[in-house]
Amino acid sequence: MEQPEQNVVAQTETKMPKPAALQDTRPSEGAVAGPTGAEVFKSKNVSIYYSSFRAVTDVSLSIYENEITAFIGPSGCGKTTVLRTLNRMNDLVPGARVQGEVHYRGASLYAPGVSPISVRRRIGMVFQKPNPFPKSIYDNVAYGPRINGIRNKAKLDEIVENSLHQAALWDEVKDRLNKSGLGLSGGQAQRLCIARTLAVEPDVVLMDEPCSALDPIATGRIEDLMREIKSQYTIVIVTHNMQQATRVSDRTAFYSVLRDEKSDTRTGVLVEYGRTAQIFEDPQDSRTQAYVTGRVG
Amino acid sequence: MKADPASPAGSADTLSQQRPLGDRGFQLLALASGLLVLVILVLIAVTTSQQAASWFSTEGLKIFTNNWDPATNHFGALSFIYGTALTALIAVIIAVPVSVGIALLLTQVVPYRWSRPIVYVVDLLAVVPSVVWGLWGILVFAPWIQHIYASIASGVGGIPVLGALFGPPTSGPSFFTAGIILAFMITPIVTSLSREVIATVPQIDKEGAYALGATRWEMITGAVWPHSQGGVVGAVLLGLGRAMGETIAAALVIGSASNVITTHLFVPGYNMPAVIANQFGEASGVFRSALMGLGVLLFVFTIIINVLARGIVERSARRKRGA
Amino acid sequence: MTAVAAPQQAPDLREPKGWRRSKNRIMTVLMVIAFVLTIIPLGFVLFTVIAKGASIISWQFLTGSPIPPNVLPAGIGGMWPAVLGTLLITGLATLMTVPLGILGAIYLNEYGGRNWLAALIGFMSDVMTGVPSIVMGLFIFSIWVLHFGYSGLAGAFALGCLMLPVVIRSSYEMLRLVPDPLREASYALGATKSRVTLTVVLPAALGGIVSGALLAIARAAGETAPLLFTILTVTQANPNVFSGPNTSLPSQIFSNATQPYTGAQDRGWGAALTLIAICFILMIAARIVTARFTRYSR
Repeated sequence: MEQPEQNVVAQTETKMPKPAALQDTRPSEGAVAGPTGAEVFKSKNVSIYYSSFRAVTDVSLSIYENEITAFIGPSGCGKTTVLRTLNRMNDLVPGARVQGEVHYRGASLYAPGVSPISVRRRIGMVFQKPNPFPKSIYDNVAYGPRINGIRNKAKLDEIVENSLHQAALWDEVKDRLNKSGLGLSGGQAQRLCIARTLAVEPDVVLMDEPCSALDPIATGRIEDLMREIKSQYTIVIVTHNMQQATRVSDRTAFYSVLRDEKSDTRTGVLVEYGRTAQIFEDPQDSRTQAYVTGRVG
Repeated sequence: MKADPASPAGSADTLSQQRPLGDRGFQLLALASGLLVLVILVLIAVTTSQQAASWFSTEGLKIFTNNWDPATNHFGALSFIYGTALTALIAVIIAVPVSVGIALLLTQVVPYRWSRPIVYVVDLLAVVPSVVWGLWGILVFAPWIQHIYASIASGVGGIPVLGALFGPPTSGPSFFTAGIILAFMITPIVTSLSREVIATVPQIDKEGAYALGATRWEMITGAVWPHSQGGVVGAVLLGLGRAMGETIAAALVIGSASNVITTHLFVPGYNMPAVIANQFGEASGVFRSALMGLGVLLFVFTIIINVLARGIVERSARRKRGA
Repeated sequence: MTAVAAPQQAPDLREPKGWRRSKNRIMTVLMVIAFVLTIIPLGFVLFTVIAKGASIISWQFLTGSPIPPNVLPAGIGGMWPAVLGTLLITGLATLMTVPLGILGAIYLNEYGGRNWLAALIGFMSDVMTGVPSIVMGLFIFSIWVLHFGYSGLAGAFALGCLMLPVVIRSSYEMLRLVPDPLREASYALGATKSRVTLTVVLPAALGGIVSGALLAIARAAGETAPLLFTILTVTQANPNVFSGPNTSLPSQIFSNATQPYTGAQDRGWGAALTLIAICFILMIAARIVTARFTRYSR
């Protein structure tokens, strides 16, 4: 049983030995300033292989409770791959292998005997392209609770309404819960997927570039949503959009690509990880600086 | 056409020529070959109806009575229509769960490497010709299953519904035996069509279900099935059409008993294609016309079912593309 | 709703209790059973045919002439007329149908485009694959046999009607896979459409087209119903496929299957084995052609 770690800021955030004495001075809306909460995830020396190809190498970081953590970096740097190790979604890819340790609230995610189903019930995921099921809006949201055994109609109604409220979608769809989920606009469909994810009452919500297929207004609504639910969930978001990272996240992890000239392969690495303000205003690594100042894409 | 002063002398003529004759000829040839399909279908309808005309006119609506007796010039074909529907239904009830099960197995459960050999085996079922199924059916399968029928029948003798279906009398060559053999024969096509449909479910939908903590079966019912139900329904209808028209295997194992309309499944009976196959040789006059007429009915039924089936498959594919 | 930040227990990440796991397992088992349920009859049939037919088959069997059904032993009496008939009639049907089918597919893919006629032809061609084979036999009986008598040719027509939509559909799928840049390169050199199709598109799709044709032939070789009223099963060999009744392996099997004499039945098994062997060889050939000679596949 692990004690919640206090004041881990100095210890685990950055790779450089510089003291991270910078305060979190960014006045982001709804961000919780002050001491961090429990350590929800702890990855140690995680490398991910697809058959013999090493996609990501030696990633170590911690994710903290009730924070929004952003993974940023250029294409192909493995940020989505790392995200998917947190809910065992890489299991779906034949030949995928995870080396190293990933702990969720003290329990190892990859220990023998761990059921991916139990893992994913606690750690939900929202995808890049909204993927509502070809069912009614109600059935989409009720799907999760139903497979977890909740059959009582009144209880399901309550869960569906709550989830849709949390996803800021209730008012728009409350009169057409029986209509197909496929008929929604992109932004609405994504909020439906978020509602669906929240309906199983997860602990963590992982988001893989959730706004990349949406227009700016829809993006803004989802970002507002994220800030609102932050106090109840822990969120990890992969994003291509640096401004989004600065807008919503408390911490940011910057990944990049290591190119091996000899074998002509590219491997993802975690370059720097720290409070968002620090990453963007005072990056310690030159690669981070090059990326966040826009010198490299 | 006027020569274009801007282009080199002599070339303007070639540019303005019509397409060479050979090219147009080829196009016409291709068009004619395509039209052949429509022409044949129309000719089938016309010529067989002509041949069947005397049956329709002499019997009129009596063709739908259960009284087939060529010796006394009675040609009521209701029992054959019944038999066709019954055997096709039995075949579909048996084949569909099996076929859909295999299709799901291949697309959702089995790693890709293993799916090829499994597909080969299922396709092998299709290679066995109808007449060989019939030969095996009548000489090996029917005598063997007769014993099973007998045991079942003695077991359910008095029970209300079961007795009516499975009670005595029993016979190896029967409606049910024909249904089973037909099921074997339509499994490959229903499986392969279902597989095609199920394989088009987008990976991201499946991941969405898994991400909610679903087991594989829950993922199938939640994400795969809603996508593929239209296509699978179409595949089932196509299997039904096939089962209705399959002639030789049915002719050999159905028992060749006319005028049988009953709830009992283990009794000998007849269906449309089988009676045509078995009795056409000695038929003439109105008798032959009646058999032709059965052929016309068969043609119409299968065309309707096939149009419906293809339509359903088209529509669900279109809806998916649009969504 | 979620775990609090205060001292926490490590979460229990084992399988959820209850029926969910069992249900998943049961369903998987049922799917496997479905597959096994198809292997059993297949194995049974193949085993019986091979076991009973192997002892009958010999060179004499394949090339000798038949004897009356009630004569034993099965060692005497051959299937030559049926073998000859199958080869001739199926061969003739192939010669007539395959070129027409390919041309039809060429129309659909290269010329038809999205116009209503092509859509109709494509749709009705698929519908035609569902027309029972016995109806094809009745059709040719009405339109040909009544005027010109029974012949292998009539049988070939009937088989051809069966094969045509199958060849069209499979050839069409293969033509569709040929990438457009190939055509465009040829057009850019000034070739006419027919030339492009014949010299570039067709050769590129040829492997797949041949494979599809082989499968259609395999199906036709095994058909009995269309031949019942068109060739009028006889027992004498008839090399003249254009006139006079004929016979074929499936027809022979059909008539032998209904004989009460074991001699005839045994010969039926022998013929069945021969027929399955032919269909099987054609299927293997189709697979080999697909594997080796197809440039563009799905």
